[in-house]
Amino acid sequence: MTAEMTQDAAASNAGEPKEVLVTVKDLQRHFPVRAGLLKRKVGVVKAVDDVTFDIYRGETLGLVGESGSGKTTTGRVILQLDIATGGDIDFAGNNVLALSNSDLRALRPRMQTIFQDPHACLNPRMTVASIVGEPLREHEKMLSADREARIHELLKLVGLAPEHANRYPHEFSGGQRQRIGIARAIALNPDFIVCDEPIAALDVSIQAQVVNLLLELQEELGLTYLFISHDLSMVRHMADRVAVMYLGKIVELAEVDDLYDRPLHPYTQALQSAVPVPDPIVERSRERVILEGDIPSPSNPPSGCRFRTRCPIATERCESEEPEFREVRAGQWVACHYADQQQNAGG
Amino acid sequence: MDEVVLDVDGLHTRFRTQDGTVHAVNGVDFELRAGEFLGVVGESGSGKSVTMMSLLKLIPMPPGEITDGTARFGDMDLLQLDAQGLRDVRGGRIGFIFQDPMTSLNPVIPVGKQITEAILLHTDSSKAQAKERAEELLHLVGIPDPKQRLKNYPHEMSGGMRQRVMIAMAIACSPEIIIADEPTTALDVTIQAQIIDQVRRLQDELGTAVVWITHDLAVVAGLADRVLVMYGGRVVEEARVDVLYSNPQHPYTRGLLASLPRLDQQGHELVSIDGQPPNMLREPVGCSFAPRCEYAFDRCHTETPQFVEVAIGQKVACHFDLNKGEPR
Ligand SMILES: Nc1ncnc2c1ncn2[C@@H]1O[C@H](COP(=O)(O)OP(=O)(O)OP(=O)(O)O)[C@@H](O)[C@H]1O
Ligand SMILES: Nc1ncnc2c1ncn2[C@@H]1O[C@H](COP(=O)(O)OP(=O)(O)OP(=O)(O)O)[C@@H](O)[C@H]1O
Ligand code: SF4
Ligand SMILES: [Mg+2]
Ligand SMILES: [Mg+2]
Repeated sequence: MTAEMTQDAAASNAGEPKEVLVTVKDLQRHFPVRAGLLKRKVGVVKAVDDVTFDIYRGETLGLVGESGSGKTTTGRVILQLDIATGGDIDFAGNNVLALSNSDLRALRPRMQTIFQDPHACLNPRMTVASIVGEPLREHEKMLSADREARIHELLKLVGLAPEHANRYPHEFSGGQRQRIGIARAIALNPDFIVCDEPIAALDVSIQAQVVNLLLELQEELGLTYLFISHDLSMVRHMADRVAVMYLGKIVELAEVDDLYDRPLHPYTQALQSAVPVPDPIVERSRERVILEGDIPSPSNPPSGCRFRTRCPIATERCESEEPEFREVRAGQWVACHYADQQQNAGG
Repeated sequence: MDEVVLDVDGLHTRFRTQDGTVHAVNGVDFELRAGEFLGVVGESGSGKSVTMMSLLKLIPMPPGEITDGTARFGDMDLLQLDAQGLRDVRGGRIGFIFQDPMTSLNPVIPVGKQITEAILLHTDSSKAQAKERAEELLHLVGIPDPKQRLKNYPHEMSGGMRQRVMIAMAIACSPEIIIADEPTTALDVTIQAQIIDQVRRLQDELGTAVVWITHDLAVVAGLADRVLVMYGGRVVEEARVDVLYSNPQHPYTRGLLASLPRLDQQGHELVSIDGQPPNMLREPVGCSFAPRCEYAFDRCHTETPQFVEVAIGQKVACHFDLNKGEPR
């Protein structure tokens, strides 16, 4: 059985059958490591290494993992902002990696991105109106009056006022700049948005504003999100399903409640146990799994299971044999030799 | 109650910049008791770092200027110390740990040498004793193979390892106080958990008073005995950790807690705080939170609320009594 079929089956069990919008299959992005005067290739960083998952239309797939695990690269490759060195990507029935440049260009409006640092990607010399209107100018033939109306509509959708249209990015706070970035991302009515750490640079009191906005827009416009974040608490709040990455691999993927309440991979378990909760009484009673050691270098990952050097239950088998990414429970995919034991132990 | 080791009163710090005067710290009062763990939370720009750095004149002066206040530490006022006095206290009786270890570690000197130099500066140990102590310290902060590691340069270590070295340096001279400014913010969460676990154990062992600055309310929940909440350059609430999270009395604290997602819960709506943090270039008039506060009434916009005790060990700077639902 293929990955898509089983994930589909799991989804349809839960209720109405779901439409797959994005399929990523055995996706790879290997970066050459060059050294010396002649810039000879001395190795590779397997930033994304055989990653497989589906994203259903209208859902939020959370993608979590520590720094360098390959989250951003995965998002960039799906949007074809970076090349794939292997695997397949299907977007709404299009074989993305086989598309001609003009077909890809025609598809681009449907896939957008929101970045972590709204400051870095907003041109400081452009007004808000021209920033938000730029995709409209590039991709749509519109009368300028219609365009202006659309810009005002977009600003309103993201909670900005029409009078903001003629100001410049530096006149706005971080949260407001993120709203400008969001308005631009939804300008062309996309199906799919990769949100790469959209709240990481924002003040705590502003994060909920932006998250609530993203949820409202999803509801209103039927958007599908890949929500990349290292904030596991926020991902629990946002996502329908969650994938956990470690050194270029997805180690676990499941419905949000399964992943948080019954994690089956030792890394997911440790990651969760490391996240503090804003409640002193809960904190005092928590048992912590403290992982030993540091995250290994992605250019020289451990053999077998990449997590084995820090895994509390690793055995010799983990060193010699790479665990298969398989469905251990309905809709719950895990890459660990001992996931079944974890499950039986009441994981 | 334990003895007060640090008593800060009416601290004011500002920066004169091209854009105008930044009113960074506008009357901060707090006490730190021996052996206690004090959390300081607040969002970016609320004055957490400047407050603590002002105490040892670690802010650039100019443009920085401490315009008022006292900071009693033993029998001295830290704010009155001369350069020599400051050097003795810094890294000696008060240790600092910063978010980015690279700002305090010298990149071209092996870490072992940096630790031994700190020890030699503040104690009368011999070179051999200092070296031995450095090794012992690295072991204490959980660095494997400390003898080898002493020879490493900072860039040869991971971020988590460097932060451990910073902790080792901070505790090297058995300080009475450690001030840690977002020491784990730049680290991955599994590494943060390692460092927090280490600090908790060290504090049990050494009994040093710790001030831990963070914007993450979850991090201090499990660490702190007491918490200060800062907003707009002031402490707006102070309480024992249990009370702060279960019965916050400042609308900002309450709003922050309601806006946080929780790992152990799903489905509750995040209630966001509308509006923006205050512009520190404006001289604060009234309560800095008033423009964003759902309870604000006319007095809030004109009169600065006093920081007063509303229950045993709980102080709040707010004109509105949340319990009674009416102005105080
Ligand atoms: N252009 C590049 N050339 C070489 N290596 C790269 C490049 N881009 C990313 N990498 C490497 O690929 C790995 C994955 O990086 P990526 O940015 O996708 O991680 P991430 O999960 O998004 O991390 P973070 O949480 O820090 O954003 C890292 O080891 C990174 O150094
Ligand atoms: N050297 C400086 N020159 C001018 N203004 C400064 C300087 N250092 C700090 N400030 C200002 O003082 C105010 C308080 O800053 P502070 O660094 O204490 O905030 P913080 O609470 O530590 O925030 P963060 O969470 O971002 O570290 C801010 O408005 C900041 O911009
Ligand atoms: S495969 Fe082995 S090393 Fe990897 S997570 Fe499972 S038990 Fe740990
Ligand atoms: Mg990234
Ligand atoms: Mg700071």
